Amino acid sequence: MSLFLIAALPFLGAVFPALLIRAGRNASASAAGLTSFLAFVGLMLHAPAIFRGEVIQVGVDWLPALGLNANFFLDGLGFLFASMILGIGLLIILYARFYLSREDPMGQFYTYLLLFQGAMVGIVLSDNILLLLVFWELTSLSSFLLIGYWKHLPEGRQGARMALAVTGSGGLAMIGGMMILGNIAGSYDLSVILQNKDLIQASPLYLPALILILLGCFTKSAQFPFHFWLPHAMAAPTPVSAYLHSATMVKAGLFLMARLWPVLAGTPEWFYIVATTGLVTMTLGAVIALFKDDLKSLLAFSTVSHLGLITMLLGFGTKIAAVTAVFHIINHATFKAALFMSAGIVDHEAHTRDIKRLGGLRHLMPVTATIAIVAALSMAGVPPFNGFLSKEMMLEETVHTLWGGSHYVVPGLALLAALFSAAYSFRFIGHVFLGPIRNDYPAKPHDPGFGMWAGPAFLVTLVVLIGLFSAKLAGPLVAVAAGAVIGGAELPYYSLKLWHGLTPALYMSGVAVVGGLLLVKLHAPLIRAWNAAPRPEAKQIFDALMRGLTKLSQLITDGLHNGAITRYAFVMMLFIIGISYYAYASGTITAPTREVQSVGPITVIAWFCLIVATLAVVAKHRQRQLSLVLIGVVGLVVSLGFNYLSAPDLALTQLSVEVVTMVLLLLALNFMPKDSPIEAPMWVRLRDGGIAVVGGLGAAALIYALMLRDFALPSISEFHLANSYKGGGGTNVVNVILVDFRGYDTFGEIIVLGIAALVIYALTEAVLGSRVRAYLLNRKPDMPQDGDAHPMMMVVATRVMMPLALMVAAYIFFRGHNLPGGGFIAGLIAAIALLMQYMASGFSWASERQRMFYHGTIGSGVLIAAATGLGSWFSGSPFLTSAFGYLHWSPLEEFEWATAALFDLGVFLAVVGAVLLALESLARFAWQPGMSSEHAMDINPARDDAAEAAEAKGEA
Amino acid sequence: MGFLNIEFLVASAVGLLTAAGIYLILRRRTFPVILGLSLLTYGVNIFLFATGRLMVDAPPILNKYAEVPYTDPLPQALVLTAIVISFGMTAVVVMIALAAYLSARDDKIDMPHHPEDEGEDA
Repeated sequence: MSLFLIAALPFLGAVFPALLIRAGRNASASAAGLTSFLAFVGLMLHAPAIFRGEVIQVGVDWLPALGLNANFFLDGLGFLFASMILGIGLLIILYARFYLSREDPMGQFYTYLLLFQGAMVGIVLSDNILLLLVFWELTSLSSFLLIGYWKHLPEGRQGARMALAVTGSGGLAMIGGMMILGNIAGSYDLSVILQNKDLIQASPLYLPALILILLGCFTKSAQFPFHFWLPHAMAAPTPVSAYLHSATMVKAGLFLMARLWPVLAGTPEWFYIVATTGLVTMTLGAVIALFKDDLKSLLAFSTVSHLGLITMLLGFGTKIAAVTAVFHIINHATFKAALFMSAGIVDHEAHTRDIKRLGGLRHLMPVTATIAIVAALSMAGVPPFNGFLSKEMMLEETVHTLWGGSHYVVPGLALLAALFSAAYSFRFIGHVFLGPIRNDYPAKPHDPGFGMWAGPAFLVTLVVLIGLFSAKLAGPLVAVAAGAVIGGAELPYYSLKLWHGLTPALYMSGVAVVGGLLLVKLHAPLIRAWNAAPRPEAKQIFDALMRGLTKLSQLITDGLHNGAITRYAFVMMLFIIGISYYAYASGTITAPTREVQSVGPITVIAWFCLIVATLAVVAKHRQRQLSLVLIGVVGLVVSLGFNYLSAPDLALTQLSVEVVTMVLLLLALNFMPKDSPIEAPMWVRLRDGGIAVVGGLGAAALIYALMLRDFALPSISEFHLANSYKGGGGTNVVNVILVDFRGYDTFGEIIVLGIAALVIYALTEAVLGSRVRAYLLNRKPDMPQDGDAHPMMMVVATRVMMPLALMVAAYIFFRGHNLPGGGFIAGLIAAIALLMQYMASGFSWASERQRMFYHGTIGSGVLIAAATGLGSWFSGSPFLTSAFGYLHWSPLEEFEWATAALFDLGVFLAVVGAVLLALESLARFAWQPGMSSEHAMDINPARDDAAEAAEAKGEA
Repeated sequence: MGFLNIEFLVASAVGLLTAAGIYLILRRRTFPVILGLSLLTYGVNIFLFATGRLMVDAPPILNKYAEVPYTDPLPQALVLTAIVISFGMTAVVVMIALAAYLSARDDKIDMPHHPEDEGEDA
């Protein structure tokens, strides 16, 4: 199976659990399991080649300009990790099916899990470090979702945030480190980077790159002092802890250190940073773990300690230590995942994870007890289990390691860690499973069903088998993986076996086991002393740090964005004026090349009207109704001006938009105060006036200068004029540009218009659904109301006008391609024709007779436009290529048709729908009960006559 | 009167509309700001239109029978869509202003800031 497919499968499969959850939890779990299984099988198909020592590579250039290529490769190390990720993933999927309760959204869980799995597989298969970074960030994000899966638990949310903050910022550091590394090596491809050890280690940027990359690794792998997030991430469901925090995510940091080991390791910087961090983490984690009462906390700190152990081994920089590290990665994954799952079973059955409330479970849940005890003994480093083997090899290495000239530092601390490690393992066994049965468990514990213990049982079988037959079972895998870590160099001599003779490591192991047993005996006094001793609480430090950072960013944000929109506008205006001045001051201006054109008196009068009306809008803007009338004058003059200056289409559009806008503003003003009070002090108004005058002068001067000069570059308008008829089949060039040349823009525009109308509709729904409705219903009009809201003259006139207006709209629409008009203008006219009915006959009357839904009108308009555009694909042309021809239908004259007219129909419908939906929404604010009348006119003489006649009849 | 030419009239109209728009946008109530936006829209639209240079009696409607001058059609197409879009924008802004007024019974444009509202999620 292609490596692409192996990496992509979990992502592709992630859709199914969420979809199939409707078909039941088994279907959802099976979909997830099948996905992982397929990927696992695909990986295993490569196993023979891997064990022959081959490296499988696939790749495509994705963004070669950035050096970002979708290159994957599979070698021993990648194979080891990928098989752990997919294999343990399968067991976790099985386990989670039975662990999660009915209330948990299982589909979501599996989807997140598969996303995470895909990201992890991506990391270990990436051949390109930029691609690796993408997957690296994806693991942070998907693990955030998994840790916070129980959204109702505050610990879960906090733990998820902390994990994201720590691993995310580590990831940021790593991006920097990887960039430097890629720059030094001249390529972002790992296979190239790994060949350039000398170049990289000689570079002056080696240390910064190393530190940045290690920051990423240490945060991800919970190394001191970033270890604190891991215990808090234990708020996740146990399958997540078992998966992320034993086998996979926390090992990503180790993986990367192992991956880059050939080029980064071997220097004193590497040794002192990595080995020391690992040593400290290992010891600290082991000591803290002994004093944790929560089963998962204990395991979390134990994981921290073991991750430290592996980090330290990688830090030693020797080949044999790297082999040991790889071996321990395998062993730790097996026993720790089994332990987490056992802890989850205990929690699931006994309803507590508190060690102080447990004990004697050996009798109640023998299967679980067996699994957990074997795994814990392996963790303690007791023979003949696999943990003993790698721990023994680790201790052996420490004996040969000098730290700062001392022979004793590393082995001493390692012995201490091993001792505490044995102690907490024994405590896990002794205080949970051994001892007498208690009668105060929160729930009656018993062994779970097969589905739940099958996974850990399988892993524990491996623990035993690898322990007994290590060379046969784990040997080849360790050999190829370690071979990849040390970069193809020859493997050192080592042997994976239980008995190495009476070595110092064996004595140390013995001391650790005996000491561990002693510590468990002394646990009660020890924990009293531990609790009495003051120690820094990582969560509090982290929270304080976060609070400080939040405060700081709040200060900055509030300083810049204090909610005073007027101030934003002011700053923006100042900025625009400033930058315009800069452009003016730093540029050059040529002499005018065009003559000014003279005007007649009527034009000057129209201009004068515009000037007076605009000044009056400003002067009278506090009287809102008056200013609306005045702004209407401005709009009218602007339309006239467009017409005068050879833009009939613009004139028609402006005019019809003007009508609609006025109706809209009047509708809104109905509910708003009719006056604006004076609020700003005089100096503010003067200041704003100054800004306005400067801005206005600038705009005027700019456009004046522009109009007196010719185009600096040839315009594309000539092309449009020349091709409008030949290519677009229309003589109205503006319309042809809209529906043909720039049809894509228009298509986008009608969508925007439709969205605007839907936003208005949605806002109306939201507002009318709130307490505002009560206010509106009880609202007394603040202005005198017309006695006759629907006067007969107007009702009759608008109804007579309606077919006429629609006819005009049709006319404008059809002639649009060749003469001024088109879908926009026709749509506005048709909307106004319908609007008139609302205004004259009342909202209720009009709504009752409304046969179409405006949402549908907008939608059909957009769809028709889209379908027209797609239609051109059938003739093999790009989207929205128009076609036209001539038809002769007797008795009609020959006429021309163009697919652009169909597109224009879409524009027409979208405009009608958008305008009417917007205005109808606003009109709904005015609705009051009892408003709807069966008669369109409040006063109707015919009705009175009929009533009189009826009355007269009755009298007679 | 030497300044009475089309270019000057259009430029002065753009300038005045822009100035009036800016002044009203800097007011503190929603309604004047909407008026200001409308005035500024006029100004901007005319500005865009005028970048095609001005011509009288030369609409960009192709004449099949005679060679006549045409004005620049491209800014016209731009401005036509701008007019329609600005209607959509005005409608949304009006709606927001109305909804804000009805919900808060206040049409001030500046939002009072309450840092204590943003309680931390525990």
